[in-house]
Amino acid sequence: MPFRVHSLSNFLHMSLHIQDLHASLENGTEILRGVTLEIPAGEIHAIMGPNGSGKSTLSKVIASHKSYLPTAGKITMDGKDISEMSIDERSRAGIFLAFQYPNEVPGVSNANFIRAALQSRLPKGQDIDAVGYYKSLYEKMDLLEMDRKFTARAVNEGFSGGEKKRNEILQMMMLDPKYCIMDETDSGLDIDALKIVAKGVNAMRSPDRGMLLITHYQRLLDYIKPDHVHVMSEGRIVKSGGPELALELEEKGYDFLKEPALA
Amino acid sequence: MTSTLPAWFTARQESAKTRYESTPTPKRGDEQWRFANIKQLKFDNLSGEANEADHSDLISRSTGVETPAAKFVFLNDAVISSETSLPEGVICLPLAEALEKHSDLVEQHFMKQESRLGSAKYAALHEASVKNGLFVHIPDNTEVEDTIEVHHWISGETTVFPHTLIVTGKSSKVRVIDIFRSADDSTPGLTIGYKDLYAGQNSSLDYIAIQALNEVSRMIAIKETSTARDSRSRAFILNTGAAWARNESMSRLEGPGAHSDMLSVSIPDHEQEFDQRTFQHHVSPNTNSDLLYKNTLYGHSKTIFSGLISVNEKAHHTDAYQTCRNLLMTDDCEANSMPGLEINADQVACSHGSTSAQIADEEIFYLQARGIAPDQARQLIARGYSIEAVMRLKNEKTEALVLKFIDEKFSRIAIGGV
Repeated sequence: MPFRVHSLSNFLHMSLHIQDLHASLENGTEILRGVTLEIPAGEIHAIMGPNGSGKSTLSKVIASHKSYLPTAGKITMDGKDISEMSIDERSRAGIFLAFQYPNEVPGVSNANFIRAALQSRLPKGQDIDAVGYYKSLYEKMDLLEMDRKFTARAVNEGFSGGEKKRNEILQMMMLDPKYCIMDETDSGLDIDALKIVAKGVNAMRSPDRGMLLITHYQRLLDYIKPDHVHVMSEGRIVKSGGPELALELEEKGYDFLKEPALA
Repeated sequence: MTSTLPAWFTARQESAKTRYESTPTPKRGDEQWRFANIKQLKFDNLSGEANEADHSDLISRSTGVETPAAKFVFLNDAVISSETSLPEGVICLPLAEALEKHSDLVEQHFMKQESRLGSAKYAALHEASVKNGLFVHIPDNTEVEDTIEVHHWISGETTVFPHTLIVTGKSSKVRVIDIFRSADDSTPGLTIGYKDLYAGQNSSLDYIAIQALNEVSRMIAIKETSTARDSRSRAFILNTGAAWARNESMSRLEGPGAHSDMLSVSIPDHEQEFDQRTFQHHVSPNTNSDLLYKNTLYGHSKTIFSGLISVNEKAHHTDAYQTCRNLLMTDDCEANSMPGLEINADQVACSHGSTSAQIADEEIFYLQARGIAPDQARQLIARGYSIEAVMRLKNEKTEALVLKFIDEKFSRIAIGGV
């Protein structure tokens, strides 16, 4: 089954394709120094790497955060160059970034926030069906073991770290994106919360969807099995492999990247 | 309201007229008018003509909370519609009628305080000119669960002087909403309103003023709140309309256990200017006041907040808080804040603070990353910003009504393409 999906994806260029991407901070410091990575629909990729390797920056550049200026290379989604698209256009086109540190939005209830996000995907004059919306929201909240009171609470305000991460996954499930980028979704989660988050992510696995997990630790990959693992260091992908690469990293630490054989 | 005004009232109106004429007009440099646009005090329409307006149209536009306990509609200070279903013993009447029927009760409470926040002249003008408004008297041990709702329409280049006098008896409860609107969008009216609020012992008095006049009108609103032992007053102001509005709010805490909430949301756009002066006066020990004013400024608009917490010598164990927050939505708007403290007692917990900020890029980024366009993201954040003060109303129907006016304002701002 995966074999068929692959070939179909390749044929239609169904992938998020990052090609020789360079990006700098406003002060000129280059953070991404030529990242090339293709995430075909139907696959889960993981990027691991030490602090400061550029993992989080990569996720933000894919979402078009304005603190980072892409200086070279391009990103295509299903064959279409998205480099000129704004943050919200990319989201509506199907890219979702689950934040490492999700913002609080005081005074905006979770239910209204997600509804506004869904509404933004509809043509002008067309409204979300409220009954269907809540049904879908509650189903997903149940899966993520979130109390119903979360719908009325202001987005992330006063949420624990784990609640915020679950809320990111809830948004991801509701928006049903084509490509999911999860930036350290596992950080700050205890094992129970991690299992719940993984359950949500695994429920979203689909031949039509590509996922990129950015993580520091192998632990997450025990619960969400990646197809490919990449190691990032100093703004580049320095090694790619199968799931076994994560275990190797766990065992040897990031220091083994510095061995000349890897260069 | 023609012939049978009580003698005390006509005498007070006459002396107020003299006082109005002898009191100098505020001028530049007056501390209580600091940052204010004194030019706004040139009132050309004091003697202007009132216009008739289609009563049934205004009545049908007078929608407020679901199931009000009483509903009055005024046009240029004259009642055009009223309906009430209030508990026995509650007096809720147009002031003109109350002056006839309950002259003593009105006299006991009518404009007893000297205006101290800058508009003494206009308080005198109001006193000299007032013809109508609403008088609410809640007897002891009586709770009015639903809201008393009052719609004030102004039509013509005229001046109105609506008065709201609310008195709650021991262990009673009431909530009154005044909604100020213009009959049309282009006629500049002037409203010089006055509110006398007396929360009796162990009572609960909520007062909400929604100012949604057209953007060429002006308003002065003076409010005197007195909160007695173990009682709770809550006063909320929403400013969305008017070219210029000045709110002077005095809250006196006059018995141990008294609690006063002073809340406000202002959303000025274009050249609108909202000037708010407040005074939290802790007269008795063991009292608590909590002020939260939130302004969201668009266009070239301007706000002024000047607040004073004053704690009397013997008012020990006072808790007093004052917060004014400004959200600046453009580079051209201007928010002025002047918080102040005057403490003459011991064991007092007071804090005051004011902040002005713009929406951080990170906040916009988060909403945009969910597909929400930047303009809408900013508006969602701005709306959420106002909600903190709205939620303190602690009444769902009232919150919904206030939010309706807030949302109307935001949709006008969105169309205006600021």
